[in-house]
Amino acid sequence: MTDTGKTPYFLSERAQKLVRKRYAAERRFRFYGLAMIILALAFLAVLFYTIISQGISGFVVTNIRLPVTFTAEALGVEPGATAEDLKGVSGFKYTKLARRSLNDYLGIPKGDTEDERLSRGLLSNGVDVQLRKILVNDPTLLGSTVEVWLLAHGSVDPFVKGQISRDLPENRRLINDQQMAWLEKLEHDGRVDLRFNSNLFTEGASADPELAGVGVALLGSFFMMVLVVLLALPLGVGAALYLEEFAPKNRFTDLVEVNINNLAAVPSIVFGILGLAVFINYAHLPRSAPIVGGLVLTLMTLPTVIIATRAAIRAVPPSIKEAALGVGASKMQAVFHHVLPLAMPGILTGLIIGLAQAMGETAPLIMVGMVAAVFDFPGSPMDPATALPVQIYIWSGLPERGFVALTSAAIMILLAFLLTMNATAVILRKRFERRW
Amino acid sequence: MSVTLLILIILGAVTAAYVAGLARVRAVSGGNARVLHSRPSYYGTYVALVVALAAFSVMAVWLIAQGPVIMGHITDLLPADVRNGDPSMRELALAQVVNVAQSGSAFGAEPYAVKLAATYNSMLASSRLYMTIAVLLAALVAFALAYRQVRPQARARNWVEAVVKALLIICSSIAVLTTVGIVLSMLFQTIHFFSLVPPENFFFGLVWDPRFAAAGSGGETGQFGLIPVLWGTVFITILAMMVSVPVGLMSAIYLAEYAGPRFRGIAKPILEILAGIPTVVYGFFALITVGPFLRDGGALIGLDIDARSALTAGLVMGIMIIPFVSSLSDDVINAVPQSLRDGSYGLGATKSETIRRVILPAALPGIVGSIILAVSRAVGETMIVVMAAGVAANLTANPFQAVTTVTVKIVSQLTGDQEFTSPQTLVAFALGMTLFVITLILNVYALHIVRKYREQYD
Repeated sequence: MTDTGKTPYFLSERAQKLVRKRYAAERRFRFYGLAMIILALAFLAVLFYTIISQGISGFVVTNIRLPVTFTAEALGVEPGATAEDLKGVSGFKYTKLARRSLNDYLGIPKGDTEDERLSRGLLSNGVDVQLRKILVNDPTLLGSTVEVWLLAHGSVDPFVKGQISRDLPENRRLINDQQMAWLEKLEHDGRVDLRFNSNLFTEGASADPELAGVGVALLGSFFMMVLVVLLALPLGVGAALYLEEFAPKNRFTDLVEVNINNLAAVPSIVFGILGLAVFINYAHLPRSAPIVGGLVLTLMTLPTVIIATRAAIRAVPPSIKEAALGVGASKMQAVFHHVLPLAMPGILTGLIIGLAQAMGETAPLIMVGMVAAVFDFPGSPMDPATALPVQIYIWSGLPERGFVALTSAAIMILLAFLLTMNATAVILRKRFERRW
Repeated sequence: MSVTLLILIILGAVTAAYVAGLARVRAVSGGNARVLHSRPSYYGTYVALVVALAAFSVMAVWLIAQGPVIMGHITDLLPADVRNGDPSMRELALAQVVNVAQSGSAFGAEPYAVKLAATYNSMLASSRLYMTIAVLLAALVAFALAYRQVRPQARARNWVEAVVKALLIICSSIAVLTTVGIVLSMLFQTIHFFSLVPPENFFFGLVWDPRFAAAGSGGETGQFGLIPVLWGTVFITILAMMVSVPVGLMSAIYLAEYAGPRFRGIAKPILEILAGIPTVVYGFFALITVGPFLRDGGALIGLDIDARSALTAGLVMGIMIIPFVSSLSDDVINAVPQSLRDGSYGLGATKSETIRRVILPAALPGIVGSIILAVSRAVGETMIVVMAAGVAANLTANPFQAVTTVTVKIVSQLTGDQEFTSPQTLVAFALGMTLFVITLILNVYALHIVRKYREQYD
């Protein structure tokens, strides 16, 4: 063996260094990949953490427990008045009742105007509705004293929840030192508590955060989703059936295909312009109404439904259709009696995913005027309403601290809906997935 | 009679027609289905379809025609000076009439408008009545004709199938109609806008200052320069891409090449949640969390960052777009044939070398396609920029300042009560048209690239 004294190249220090370098580069590259995934997941985690940590407090609201005496005299009714009479009493009298009981509790004498004015700032503007409801439900309470949980004013709420520091100088707080002292007395007596915010689910727009809710928005979104299902499902399935099963290969079908693929990627705001120009300006449908929003969302969802339906139809093996044709079914019968039912789970999955997209869509609804503040529940899709994501947009622009929590809470409700819909789609797909 | 009630009546009549057709065919065949050309239910369906088509088409034509006819009549009844005056004033007067008629409140309206509103309402009511009569008459005639055709040798199935097929064709042409609607709805208003503002001032103008004029005041026109607004869109898109391309592409590479099936099965769906979150949620996130965070963080190191800045919007939009890049790139990387990888490993390349030198070049067209699709998404995104980018049209390359985008301006010019004759409102349609054309080109180009690439390995 002749030893030349030379080590082979691959064992040389230089080559070994290069290999180590290459392996280090390999590890680095791999680490970057993992780091990027973790980064993306971290974004998601921060997003959810922000929303949930702020939103939780939107589901509760500060209430003050007060002994309220329902005197017939203060309400201006006869003793023994019926529920009907009590319903007709003006809200202002109930409000005065609530204020009087607060003032009595805090020891503010009647006629002391400055303190009376300040103590009003502790109670919500919605206490009249609360008191009326209690009394109308049980008219026998008239003349007796009842411990009642009354809504606190929206400016009190963030202090009780600890969202705004009580140590802020007086001129930077919405409630002054006197009001703060009263609040602390009430808290000391165990008369202040955070209770479930049912207004969040049952009310419409309001300037007071403690009285505002997503009720109207939920109903508006519901109307629009119903409209989307009623229109997008038959239209989308019809279009997909034609394109997959009946369409001859010609320029018209090519045009339709290109169109559908493009429509799926058109910015949503352009659909909003379409809705504004066609449905409102040309067809004179009412502004801010769910019917217009529903039509716009239908047009947006249609490509999704068509694409999903075509995929589902293509997944049904041709042998099934051929067997039907073989025993004498017409093409229409083979498609409607055999292919379509087998494709239905896939179609429904696509529809639900399209619905979830439509449910979170905001920009086109703003364009058709659904940003108005709506206080009353819409009786039909022709009445003004708003939608859940639009309500989130409106609230996010309001300066009061209470609306930040409400916005986050509304986002949680919206995400819960979307999560449920998407989970349904996944389960549906898993459950009915068929391998032929 | 309300339209809803009429529709319900028609649906009832259609059901009755089905039952009648079925009964008739049973009677003429004497219970022996074998003498019939089609199965009995087709005869019923045939009668029902004919009735439905007749009734609904009469109704549709009537509803479409009644608006222009009534408005034409009302125009003739307007006072002569309004009728022969400025067209935009005439439209305003007509709008006032309709408004009074619908709201029922004559508050602040001209006396002639109140009078015409009553005329409008009575014409509408009589139109509804005549429509009901016409629709019911059409349904009856159609029923009589179809009912007489129910004979054993009638080709009911073929007729029904022809109608169904026609309906399917109508369904699929809705997609085309939508595109036509989008283009037409913007085209006319855009042309109208360019008659008020010269196109060169729009496309090459460097100043955006529309000077909102109150409805009806007219006269006051601002400057409508597209460049600063378009720059905002481009700038934010670039920032978003600087976030989403590295993160999305590296995630896709890791998921496709390194991750085990279990990690992939968990991480991929979670990443896709990012795409399912509504954009208004991202906007809120940018407004409440990211904006203040960047502002305070910038203040710590001596940077002056606005709470609403191009950086905030770009960063959050980048996060939103990550799954668009990663999902499509993942598919494309998976489509690269295994033989290419094996060849590279056989030559002694490490995994990362294989990815960088072999897989990425092979997958490049598809990746570029997915990035272009993501760009198109970013260009058309509205809520994030409306909530987080600001409204001032600054022509700046400083990411810490507020900029505005095409979509923001469309929203701000079209919300509120603006008449559709002022350039302040019409510019939104020109902006929308610009946006539509840009995204259309991007989409067509991206789809073209993706399709061309796919053909190579299939």
